[in-house]
Amino acid sequence: MLKSFHIGGIHPKENKLSAGMAIQPIAVPAQVIIPLSQHIGAPCQPVVKKGDKVKVGTLIGKSVGFVSAQIYSSVSGTVLKIDKAMDASGYKRDAVFIKVEEDEWEEHIDRSEALVTECNLTAKEILDKIAAAGIVGMGGATFPTHVKLTPPPGMKAEVLIINGVECEPYLTSDHQLMMEKSDEILVGITIVMKALNVQKAIIGIENNKKDAVALFTQKAKAYPGIGVQPLKVQYPQGGEKQLIDALTGRQVPSGALPISVGAVVQNVGTLFAVYEAVQKNKPLVERVVTVTGKEVQRPCNLRARIGTPLTTLIDAAGGVPESTGKVISGGPMMGKALASIDIPVTKGTSGILIVPTLEAKRKAMKDCIRCGKCVQVCPMGLNPTLLMTLTEYEVWDRAEKNAITDCIECGSCSYTCPADRPLLDYIRLGKGKVNGIIRARKN
Amino acid sequence: MEQKLIVSPSPHVHSGDTIPRNMYAVLIALIPAFLVALYTFRLDALLITALSVLFCVGFEYLIVRFVMKKEPAILDGSAIITGVLLAFNVPSNLPVWILALGALFAIGVVKLSFGGLGNNIFNPAIAGRIFLLISFPAQMTSWPATAIAGEATDAVSSATVLGLLKHSPEALPALQQMFLGFESGSLGEMSAAALLLGLVYLLWRRVITWHIPFTILATVALFTGILFLIDPLPQYNPLIHLFSGGLMLGAVFMATDYVTSPLTKKGMIIYGAGIGFITVAIRLWGAYPEGISFAILLMNAFTPLINTYTTPKRFGEAVKHG
Amino acid sequence: MSVILTAVATLGAIGAGSAGILYLISQKFKVEEDPRIQEVQDALPAANCGGCGFPGCAAFAAACVKAESLEELNCPVGGQETMDRVAAILGQTASKTAKKIAVVRCSGTCEERPRLNLYDGATNCSIAAALYGGDTGCSFGCLGLGDCEESCAFDAIHINPETMLPEVVEDKCTACGACVKACPKDIIELRKQGPKSRRIYVSCVNKDKGAVAKKACNVACIGCGKCQQVCPFDAITIENNLAYIDDDKCRLCRKCVVVCPTHSILELHFPPRKETPPPAKEEAANATA
Repeated sequence: MLKSFHIGGIHPKENKLSAGMAIQPIAVPAQVIIPLSQHIGAPCQPVVKKGDKVKVGTLIGKSVGFVSAQIYSSVSGTVLKIDKAMDASGYKRDAVFIKVEEDEWEEHIDRSEALVTECNLTAKEILDKIAAAGIVGMGGATFPTHVKLTPPPGMKAEVLIINGVECEPYLTSDHQLMMEKSDEILVGITIVMKALNVQKAIIGIENNKKDAVALFTQKAKAYPGIGVQPLKVQYPQGGEKQLIDALTGRQVPSGALPISVGAVVQNVGTLFAVYEAVQKNKPLVERVVTVTGKEVQRPCNLRARIGTPLTTLIDAAGGVPESTGKVISGGPMMGKALASIDIPVTKGTSGILIVPTLEAKRKAMKDCIRCGKCVQVCPMGLNPTLLMTLTEYEVWDRAEKNAITDCIECGSCSYTCPADRPLLDYIRLGKGKVNGIIRARKN
Repeated sequence: MEQKLIVSPSPHVHSGDTIPRNMYAVLIALIPAFLVALYTFRLDALLITALSVLFCVGFEYLIVRFVMKKEPAILDGSAIITGVLLAFNVPSNLPVWILALGALFAIGVVKLSFGGLGNNIFNPAIAGRIFLLISFPAQMTSWPATAIAGEATDAVSSATVLGLLKHSPEALPALQQMFLGFESGSLGEMSAAALLLGLVYLLWRRVITWHIPFTILATVALFTGILFLIDPLPQYNPLIHLFSGGLMLGAVFMATDYVTSPLTKKGMIIYGAGIGFITVAIRLWGAYPEGISFAILLMNAFTPLINTYTTPKRFGEAVKHG
Repeated sequence: MSVILTAVATLGAIGAGSAGILYLISQKFKVEEDPRIQEVQDALPAANCGGCGFPGCAAFAAACVKAESLEELNCPVGGQETMDRVAAILGQTASKTAKKIAVVRCSGTCEERPRLNLYDGATNCSIAAALYGGDTGCSFGCLGLGDCEESCAFDAIHINPETMLPEVVEDKCTACGACVKACPKDIIELRKQGPKSRRIYVSCVNKDKGAVAKKACNVACIGCGKCQQVCPFDAITIENNLAYIDDDKCRLCRKCVVVCPTHSILELHFPPRKETPPPAKEEAANATA
């Protein structure tokens, strides 16, 4: 029986154009730009300088503070400079520019394809290795993984939930990774289960990936405690709170972390990275990126080194189509529209979606007709039209009472609105303001 | 790719749902009731409906264009719906000038003086009907005998089911006749069956949810049902109440008006129950035989209050440990 | 006759009873208020703009009465005149404050600062600023979506549709500071209005390195420091590749304006120059001449 979350939800067109396309490694470019802030948390301090020689897997950015993630060189070559470079938000941030020479890897990295299932490390050693490898949430949120695997004092994880949902339309990188690296992912799950000291893990996969469901159901039999659960195709099934609700029937209370109901959620891509870090000593230097779009010649799934220019990936998919109006990093529901495609692949780049001009423009907003459709679809049970109005008129106390801070920014409200109102634009703004007010009150 | 990239916050896709799509779906759902009216009142039905739509759309265009000095959005279909619903709420032999006055009141006063679609507090068609009922009680309550019931279509005044219920219950028509809709009454309220067909269509197209129409009908049935069990008089018969008068038209098409009904499911249920209760109270103990339009108008006034005090069921509100 | 009498008597009794109840309630719930608060409030402009830092004129009036000295309190809308009157009511002296005015520190018009992408989100600067760097190469400059215009209670700041930059209406601006708070890019600053409205300021907030800033916008401050060198009063500081003129120290000599290679320093309402170097902003000079 298919499970699902219990409040709201929408059914956008799936458009998984690149489904089933084998992951192709893309050639190492002539130069990479590796930003020093690719995660949620404090930016890294550079530990290399101009003229330094680096190899694949050489540490170039040291994390400062607990909520931060190390950054490694993804290529071998010479550091050209450390300078500002534009990131996905159009702001200029510090980055390391490396001129590529050869493809030399650090000696301790095991580059063989052989599956290593045995892991005799303690929980602490596993966590240290994950932290050292600079692993972040690969679904796009880029929250440092070692932080998420360290429950706050007094909290204990009971179940590990693996997010293989990929509910964003168009994206197929997780799906393809699951099909090609199922054994590695399962070993990664056992490693994380050990780190968390939990006996149970559930892999949630949306039912539009029947091949992945079948594959994992069959292979998971060899791993005690790991179960597979097919899920209804409904957005945002892959939202952390929604996924926990769907798989365990428990709802994370407002303002609380998933650990409060005993759950820790990890994306399949993250688990693959954990496997490589712990078993192969390989830090996070590459990732799978879906390049797709209705007008893209060859929608595909590529494995690219961190720092590779997006243009190189787009060229591999047949180049930028003439009709392009918008380029999105990530999926169409929660991805970020790019102001320029001259930016590098980072740890959080799950996909590049190219949208034709005709579909890229929003329609003019009309007055709210109070149809209540946004209320019906909100997976958090909020009242989006009210929250938008409260933000417009800056009524922060009422916005807080109406739980604006619970918004997960999934975009279901704006997607649904028949009057084309930019509900999420305003709610996101209001959420930021109210969070600021709450922080100020605490201090 | 020479042109500039477009940048906007997420989401970058839209369902394609539009205001006109919803409005035209409502119009399609009104077709069965219109066909029944056409069959019962012949050309009068067509004439009144066409003129009412023409008046409503015309007034909307003129007022928005020349008084509010904005670009009229008459193609969104809302004025057309107001026109059709207003026509469905009047007798088929209503003088045209009265109809025009009703349309002017509905569009000009009730809808546009509040700022147009989305900002009005009261449902324009309901308010228009009540304005006419109070201003022209004689014309608004003399219904022509239907083509089926009384052979000759020309101006023979005939009482409605609810009128009979109030004054001479012994002359009531058969129940299935009421359900199919060949009793006398306003243009579009005749056939419960046709209106229910429209409801099914609206639910199927997800234009509205079941909450409002269902609670109104359930409250009416429950309230009269209890009275009927205590004292089985025909004026308490729940089936007669369900299938007569404007209840079905009001519950399916007027009370569910997006703008003037609550946003949340809880709110919709309170609103629906309120309408059902007030309707029965007016029908049984009020001066007017029919109370649905007053009930809707009253509950319209409560909608902002209901919206303020009902919140949707929040995620994580009831923490389950299972 | 008796009907009339009964009616009059009944109504009279009800009226008298109600009056009694009202009186008792008003006595019971009477709030003792310093009468000077009302007096001060009457002297205020009643704009309720919040420019003083208090939620409305009533709160400001209460604060004035409560405060021991008026030094920290200032009504930017009423200006010196109003504060003097308030001081007179309270038997104190108002501090002397120079009249200020909102100044938009960005000259990146559509011509000077080419648009590189099309913003298609909600028309709101805060939303655009939270999303990304903006539709030009300069991630510091004005977004032109009008949060300042929206925030102004005095109709004193408007986006010019040609330049897509806000312009301050000098005689309407009360320096309440609403636009300063509303601008997510911190472009608007309250500066001294200056004698005869003459003032000089750096009309740029770009902190990028010179070459980057110049590439994004023709009139960006590139932090070259020429103005700092030429300033005889030590009024100019350069921090993060950006010059800033301290209006307390500036004596309006206009030397910096001439040396600025990108014309990012503006002078307003000065008479035309006599010397040979061509005036940077002819229109501005002509306006008062």
